[in-house]
Amino acid sequence: MKQKLRHNDHIVGYIFSAPFILGFLVFILFPMASSLYYSFTDYNMLTKPNFIGFDNFTRMFTDDDKYWKSVRVTFTYVFASVPLRLAFALGVAMLLNRSIKGVGFYRSAYYLPSLIGGSVAVSILWTQVFGDQGIINSALGLIGIESTKSWIGTPETAIWTLIALAVWQFGSSMLIFLAGLKNIPKEMYEASGVDGAGKVRQFFKITIPMLSPIILFNLINQTISSFMTFTPAYIISRGEGGPLDSTLLYSLNLYKRAFEYYEMGYASAMAWVMLIVIGIMTLILFQTSKYWVHYENKGGH
Amino acid sequence: MAIQRRWSNLVYHILIGGIALVMLYPLIWLFVSSFKPSQEVFTTANSLIPSRIAWENYKTGWAGFAGNTFANFFKNSFIIAILSTIGAVASSGLVAYAFTRISFFGRAFWFGAMMMTMMLPRDVTIIPQYIMFSDFGWLSSFKPIIVPQFFGVPFFIFLIMQFIRTVPLDLDEAAKIDGCSKYGIFFKVILPLCVPALVTAAIFSFYWTWEDFYHPLLYLNKPDLYPVSLALKLFLDGESLNNWGGMFAMSILSLLPVFIIFFLFQRYIVEGIATSGLK
Repeated sequence: MKQKLRHNDHIVGYIFSAPFILGFLVFILFPMASSLYYSFTDYNMLTKPNFIGFDNFTRMFTDDDKYWKSVRVTFTYVFASVPLRLAFALGVAMLLNRSIKGVGFYRSAYYLPSLIGGSVAVSILWTQVFGDQGIINSALGLIGIESTKSWIGTPETAIWTLIALAVWQFGSSMLIFLAGLKNIPKEMYEASGVDGAGKVRQFFKITIPMLSPIILFNLINQTISSFMTFTPAYIISRGEGGPLDSTLLYSLNLYKRAFEYYEMGYASAMAWVMLIVIGIMTLILFQTSKYWVHYENKGGH
Repeated sequence: MAIQRRWSNLVYHILIGGIALVMLYPLIWLFVSSFKPSQEVFTTANSLIPSRIAWENYKTGWAGFAGNTFANFFKNSFIIAILSTIGAVASSGLVAYAFTRISFFGRAFWFGAMMMTMMLPRDVTIIPQYIMFSDFGWLSSFKPIIVPQFFGVPFFIFLIMQFIRTVPLDLDEAAKIDGCSKYGIFFKVILPLCVPALVTAAIFSFYWTWEDFYHPLLYLNKPDLYPVSLALKLFLDGESLNNWGGMFAMSILSLLPVFIIFFLFQRYIVEGIATSGLK
């Protein structure tokens, strides 16, 4: 009887998890395998794929300036926007971590940009904020600096407008930090205060270590999602990644290769390189985490 | 002492409120600009007060492009977002239950597969998916956008799992003694208790599909199928380039459902983010 019931559990388990398992096989595993195969072919959707060995990868690494430009742009974007966003998120979370009237309102106000930041409407707004007649230039005009330059139309500054857009959306990380800060026992600060530790020392000896698991989680999550940023780059450059490829983020470059030039094989190779790079970076973050991430041993979580 | 406290509170509010104002200024500017006559938007970029309220922006914007009005674009967006949300929440709820409350052969493996899927960049699967949907004859329809949502969304599965774990096992046991099967426990015990998690998942699913630009851009090539996100892009193309007012007005309207849901369900959103790291 017991044996039969247990057996039953296996069937019921598979019935309930069937949506995911089917979806995983059809929409994830099979596409991953195909994409790995395509990456070694010259597939273009029109003719049958021919196996060309490592040619796509060789071309990418040795004979595609646009590719390297987009890699540089993407690294600039990821390595500037992720740390800046987390720093803002932590700073503002610490400011908001107190019980004063109106904190709830500020919390919502700071979160709002995260809520809508990925939308086309905000990307369009951004083209106006940093355009030649935009808000930034009028603000500069108010403090006496005349500027008619289009921040989006200038190759050196265009990527920084995208970084600014990413940093502007620090609200969701801020909420996560805020939840973490509330979990740090007040006694820890009081005890260290009695021992004569100042605010700076408390920040580095208590706040950062206690939040380190959350920081690690955020770092990994945001690094991955930053690598996939597409919409704002597409909108502010009208789908081109310009000026002079200065906003050609990896994902946009891949999209253009695959769906504008129909170089499916080459684009698949690009996708796998991206996956490997992201995998390595995640691994490095995890490896270094044992030196700086501090896990509390209480409660057995 | 009390006076000093009041002063420090005041400084605090000025500082934190000031930063909030700077951050929200672009949105306020967008809102005001949607009521400015088009030719005035940039000549008076500094000013937040329009010379007159230009309601016509909402009219010319709503008229859309070549006979496709924003009524049509909004209808498309709602169809996509609502169907996707229903599919995502229902399927994720089932899977989350299996992963937390049923011990079946291979559970750890499938859970691992789900966690991996959560971290997988979309770019790795999108090309074969596109080819597959093209073979199905699904291009130029909502199907490639909506159907995959019915197969569980890892973020939501994870979110709902976290929530189910907080439901005491005793309740399952009690229901079992009362003669409930695993199905009965799910529908009568777990599901009603998980409503907050389901609401959170529904809100985020709606947001993500509402704001999604990538998939509609890829799969929908006829303007009469465009959702709002894709339609807004048309303002940036060629001949409609000077209808700034209309563009701002429709941008504001596209954000309206997001704001309304935010103000209605703020609590679920804030808790959802704090517990699971949803964006």
